[in-house]
Amino acid sequence: MLRYAVRRLLGAIPTLFVIITLAFFLMRVAPGGPFDQERTLEPTVMANLNKAFHLDRPLYEQYAVYLGNLLRGDLGPSFVYRDFSVGELLGAGLPISMLLGACALLLALLVGGTLGIIAALKQNSTVDYLVIAVATFGITVPNFVVAPVLSLVFGVWLGILPAGGWEGAHPAYMLLPVITLALPQIAIVARLIRGAMLEALRSDHVRTARAYGLPARLVVIVHSLRGAALPVISYLGPAAAALLTGSVVVETIFGIPGIGRYFVQGALNRDYTLVMGTVVIVAVFVVLFNLAVDLLYAAIDPRVRYD
Amino acid sequence: MTDAALPTAPAVAGRSLWATALRRLMRNRAAMVSLVVLALYTLAGIVGPMVWPHDYATVYSNYVKVPASLTPYPRANTIVPGAERALARARVEVDTVDVAGETVTLGLTASREIDPRITRYLDRSDLFSNARIVETGDDGRSAVMEADIARLTFVFGTDSNGRDLAARILVSIRISLMIGALATGVALIIGVLYGATAGFLGGRIDGVMMRIVDVLYSLPFIFFVILLVVFFGRNVVLMFIAVGAVEWLDMARIVRGQTLSLRRREFVRAAEGLGVGPAAILRRHIIPNVLGPVIIFMTLLVPKVILLESFLSFLGLGVQEPLTSLGVLISEGARNMRNAPSMLIFPSLALTILLFALNFLGDGLRDALDPKDR
Repeated sequence: MLRYAVRRLLGAIPTLFVIITLAFFLMRVAPGGPFDQERTLEPTVMANLNKAFHLDRPLYEQYAVYLGNLLRGDLGPSFVYRDFSVGELLGAGLPISMLLGACALLLALLVGGTLGIIAALKQNSTVDYLVIAVATFGITVPNFVVAPVLSLVFGVWLGILPAGGWEGAHPAYMLLPVITLALPQIAIVARLIRGAMLEALRSDHVRTARAYGLPARLVVIVHSLRGAALPVISYLGPAAAALLTGSVVVETIFGIPGIGRYFVQGALNRDYTLVMGTVVIVAVFVVLFNLAVDLLYAAIDPRVRYD
Repeated sequence: MTDAALPTAPAVAGRSLWATALRRLMRNRAAMVSLVVLALYTLAGIVGPMVWPHDYATVYSNYVKVPASLTPYPRANTIVPGAERALARARVEVDTVDVAGETVTLGLTASREIDPRITRYLDRSDLFSNARIVETGDDGRSAVMEADIARLTFVFGTDSNGRDLAARILVSIRISLMIGALATGVALIIGVLYGATAGFLGGRIDGVMMRIVDVLYSLPFIFFVILLVVFFGRNVVLMFIAVGAVEWLDMARIVRGQTLSLRRREFVRAAEGLGVGPAAILRRHIIPNVLGPVIIFMTLLVPKVILLESFLSFLGLGVQEPLTSLGVLISEGARNMRNAPSMLIFPSLALTILLFALNFLGDGLRDALDPKDR
């Protein structure tokens, strides 16, 4: 298993390399530059700025320098947020994004899992239809509608929660963003669990377990849920990577200083290093979580073996 | 037993796959309701902006962020101050203001002779129209002016510039539906052609073509879209052709998989044995058989694209002023929700209902065309 994990991690290096290369050159091909402003700068100032950030060198040289620095863990200076390095910006924002994402993930698993199991156990009952309706709602309504509406209802009309802002990891400021992030995930997890549970409950090994007279709770939790967890886990791999790296909508609406905003802002401001930093972080998360999914698969399903 | 003794079987009218699917779809109540809703949306998108009494770009500066209401403006208590404010810069004294029915009568005096062109001050206000001087005093220093009260109704209220929200929602629906159709069409054409070619040719060409798809797949999608915006500027139509050109990846995979499996089927082999050319096989056997999954995927792609457009517009990357889109309206609504909640609620509702209808119709079509996949 350990050898497998190491091999997978090594195998991810070419993928990361391709993504970084593509992102680097695509970003540079785009017209405009980081120092374009409404008022054009003096040519000498511009030249000096370009020189200071090594933008005057040939592109392949910049690329080589970037890769070299990246290997040493240096993401470079931000072009737009002066006096900050990309590493500092991401280091400050990432824990916040990750905290919110992890809470949302946990909430999605708990609520979505419970709803899915209940719906599957009471198939075609009112509860089942209610869960399906909630799931459809969660999948259909986009987060940029959910976030301001939640903020309006709880923050402005009822006034029981802050409509936005960030005061450290204070639960009151986290609640609405976490719910917004979790809602679509709850819906998808509930749907997946329901479908997989329905199948698992009809399978031979569950029928055998029942025939042995095992208690119903044990049959559901141990024997059925184990099989039903597989599709959820393979969904959650990439979803967790996306959740933990922040959401531009949620962070914009609730005014949260995470890293979700940097991607869009960075691309629009041509803050090359910031965009590259975000791309690297997201790509690393995706690779890691896909690996975690595969390892969990082996842990849950003994038929899956890696060697 | 001879042939003559066989009873002649009554001719059974065969039902095609499509007829069966249509029947199943008709029985699906959610899908049918969605179909009606979508028809209404389409009608609203096409005809709405033309017949609606307000233009989406007209600014009513007297009615900024008024709440949604069915009773027409101006309110009775705003007429008198409104008239006084409108004439505040006309250098006349407003002595009397009488409101009678649909007209307002003003008694004016001034230290100099009253210029008859001061009616424009009233006309320029959104509250009054057709102002006229009915009576002038002997010395020209006093006058009686009459004006009709302009009754304007804003069923959904107005936005922060004083534009009618309902008209803006109608024009947004038009944009959303147009973009949904455009981008889906582009994705459909590229995806089907690419996927069918890869699946049909097979072998090494297929391998190379699918690796290209894989590489494009691994790039973060939103990164791609933002780059497209950066390249094409904020030209909406061009951008959505580009978005369609990104969304074709799934379509290509589905079509390729179907084509690969169809290719090994007996009827394709038989056609090949009979000497039918590849183009004819594609047209006669492959394309009709992949149409089902393609339609299902297409109906699910439309809401995806509409959502994407709204999302980009929400971020300020999509449709630009004065044209608008549901995403722009929602983002403006989110900024103004404290003092004008209707600006957030109505566009959100419009988008949510549209997405619900499209999703239900997509699910219904999937159930109807592919009953195994329930």
